[in-house]
Amino acid sequence: MSFTKLTLSNGLLVLLKEIHSAPIISHWIWYRVGSRDETPGVTGVSHWVEHMQFKGTALFPAGVLDKAIARDGGFWNAFTYLDWTTYFETMPADKIDLAVQLEADRMLNCRYRAADVRSERSVIIAERQGSENEPLFRLNEEMQAAAFRVHPYHHETIGDMADLQRIQRRDLINHYRRYYIPNNAVLSVAGDFETRAMLEKIRRCFEDIPARPAPKRLERPEPEQSGERRLTVEGPGETCYVQLDYHAPAGKHPDFFPFMVLDSLLSGPTSLNLFGSGVSNKTSRLYRALVETDLAIGISGGQVATVDPFLYTLIMTVHPNSSAQACIQATDEAIKRLQDAPPPVDEVRRAVKQARALFAYGSESITNQGYWLGFAEMFDCYDWFTNYLDRLAAVTPQEVQRVAQTYLKPQNRLVGVYLPQGSGKTPPGANNPPEEEE
Amino acid sequence: MSFPAINLRSLPGPEDITRVALPNGVTILTRSNFNSPSVVISGYLTVGSLLESDDKLGLADFTASTLLRGTARRSFQQIYDDLESAAASLGFGGGAHTTSFSGKALAEDLDLLLTLLAEAVRQPLFPPEQVEKLRAQLLTGLSVRAQDTGEMASMAFDEIVYAGHIYSRPDDGYPETIQAIRGEDLVAFHGNNYGPRGMVIAVVGAVHASAVVEKVSAALGDWENPAQPEMPPIPSPAPLTQVVTRKVEIPGKSQSDLILGAAGPARRSPDYLAASLGNSVFGQFGLYGRIGEIIREQMGLAYYIFSNVSGGVGPGPWYISAGVDPENIEKTIALIRKEIGRFVADPVTADELADSQANYVGRLPLSLESNGGVAGGLLSLEHYALGLDYYRRFPGLVQAVTVEEVLEAAQRYLHPDRLGIAIAG
Repeated sequence: MSFTKLTLSNGLLVLLKEIHSAPIISHWIWYRVGSRDETPGVTGVSHWVEHMQFKGTALFPAGVLDKAIARDGGFWNAFTYLDWTTYFETMPADKIDLAVQLEADRMLNCRYRAADVRSERSVIIAERQGSENEPLFRLNEEMQAAAFRVHPYHHETIGDMADLQRIQRRDLINHYRRYYIPNNAVLSVAGDFETRAMLEKIRRCFEDIPARPAPKRLERPEPEQSGERRLTVEGPGETCYVQLDYHAPAGKHPDFFPFMVLDSLLSGPTSLNLFGSGVSNKTSRLYRALVETDLAIGISGGQVATVDPFLYTLIMTVHPNSSAQACIQATDEAIKRLQDAPPPVDEVRRAVKQARALFAYGSESITNQGYWLGFAEMFDCYDWFTNYLDRLAAVTPQEVQRVAQTYLKPQNRLVGVYLPQGSGKTPPGANNPPEEEE
Repeated sequence: MSFPAINLRSLPGPEDITRVALPNGVTILTRSNFNSPSVVISGYLTVGSLLESDDKLGLADFTASTLLRGTARRSFQQIYDDLESAAASLGFGGGAHTTSFSGKALAEDLDLLLTLLAEAVRQPLFPPEQVEKLRAQLLTGLSVRAQDTGEMASMAFDEIVYAGHIYSRPDDGYPETIQAIRGEDLVAFHGNNYGPRGMVIAVVGAVHASAVVEKVSAALGDWENPAQPEMPPIPSPAPLTQVVTRKVEIPGKSQSDLILGAAGPARRSPDYLAASLGNSVFGQFGLYGRIGEIIREQMGLAYYIFSNVSGGVGPGPWYISAGVDPENIEKTIALIRKEIGRFVADPVTADELADSQANYVGRLPLSLESNGGVAGGLLSLEHYALGLDYYRRFPGLVQAVTVEEVLEAAQRYLHPDRLGIAIAG
């Protein structure tokens, strides 16, 4: 397996990994722009730009691109998140030229026609409405806003409805021109190719795109939270949910790794893979403390690797015969046990074995390999990934205890409860709502 | 337009798939892949919701969900401690015709997966406290379903299109039927229906075929259940004679889900491939075919819209699904019906068909990239008696479909004035 990392003369960072297990190549282009680069008035613009990138160029008009990829048996998609926006194509190896050409073309020549902006506005509003149907989206949106008063992680990637109604074509074009430049991008390619030939293709398609002044990221650090924040969201349904968010370390912070182990002990291992499922969490501490005791129907948790400190999230579906408060209390007790004493060595070793297996499952997919290659560069660098298992294996029980003490304290968290307004009956779980803070 | 040249030899075929039928009726399919150290198991038993009564709907699914909640040899905690300590997974799910299972582990833990699989299907205990825990989880799942516009539209659609037919019933039941199921019902359903006849297991990954056959034989080869029944035959649903519309009101929702269509071909129906390719032109290819182009790309009426031919053992639905602003529902329905009208009046163009044909063949290497993808493929070969050489023959079968055959299939199943239309939101 050969790995190459280099920067082209125009600043485009290129990462290539040869993998010859299947005749497939996955091609990813990443831009260092996401919802955290948006100001009020244009929230959602990064995601909308991502949609517009599928509306075609002069060389590849809309409808031609997707058909060309589908004819060749490939698949493609794009994602916008807090810190980044990415576009990928996974293709039969002999068809990869199309992906290289079209991504180079899309960096510069997308059309942004007025009619497309108009129709995409209603598509994106429909996308947001679909999310609003979900209680957990509504709760999470309020939690994120409450967690970040200053930092632009404040809003959901989809954007606020007010801005989706007012964003104009010029806002989209400005955003595109500003961020979609080679010196703000990372190209990661994994699969069945020969490095020298692939690099040649990439140079031919990308190296003539001129560099432009690098955009400065929006820097508004979130001040330390100085007390627990509580909120409720009311909405339709019969099911009560609790969400606990703790301010957590950034992806490149050394505490990120003991935090991964901590998460694994509390709520089960989190998979870093983009596709495919993980393993169940029925022996995790919180499953035993909440689901085994009939306080909750289910529990999940996880953190994400971000540029700036983001959130560690725990979500519980409250049992119909239980209450939000009882779930919060049992969680607090489980956390306190980890703060009071380091976990047994065996439990930590087990978490590391789980991470190792999930890593092995993920490496089966060429698409995942291409994703990992670029993803780590978005918040640190690819070494983060190559060192991932070793750094997890080095985590000690004492470190797990320390991060539990440092991060999982009430002053550093938000408590959110979705209170279902049901169908006229007393909503389950609503008998003990959390106390309001004024 | 060139047809994709794929290396047929890289696809699963008779010389690299091992198929062994055990005397008790279990079929083993396996294919080795030593590129990564993991292994996948996947398969089904011929037991499903077709065998349950109306007053206990959800019984087959409930039974399947309880299999890993305690066996004659291990408690719930032991089962999951063993699985999760090995970072392995195993799960069961109930369907209409089959109960399926799938699992994943590092290759060194294949024995654990097979042992747990055998214990779960042969010696489940249905511990009462676990049954009650699961019942609460299932009921919560149903109250979440009642708020899910997509699921509620889908249920209403089945009730219209399969009125009076066994497919009109939801596999996960209703709150009152889940409440009505007692512990002894689970024990009896298992004892009377679970058995080795017709069971299929696919094992794909870093393990040799001979070892797979030996291990599966050891785990399941001596299983017998004389009580195991034949699955009942599936009658044809009565065709719709007009447009039947049903609206499910779910207050407080921002978006509505819309499903419309009719009963389609079974997977083994001779016109299945023509219908499937036609469906690709209509609502799959590229950014969701003709309807994606019109409804989403040109009109911006929906965030998602696609069509699907379900196939399956019986006549699964051929349907169009969309998430739509409630204000745009009527407009969207009118446009879809107009497109169906065009689809059944005129043949698709030769270029349209050629695009989808190229896609069907070209995507094979990607769909069969992962161990899970190959295992799913092997199960289809067996379930629908397609033959171990099916993937090698597939490009020829796809290329042989004509625009006339697509039109005939479309006309057989779809008509703009004979549709079920379900809206929830």
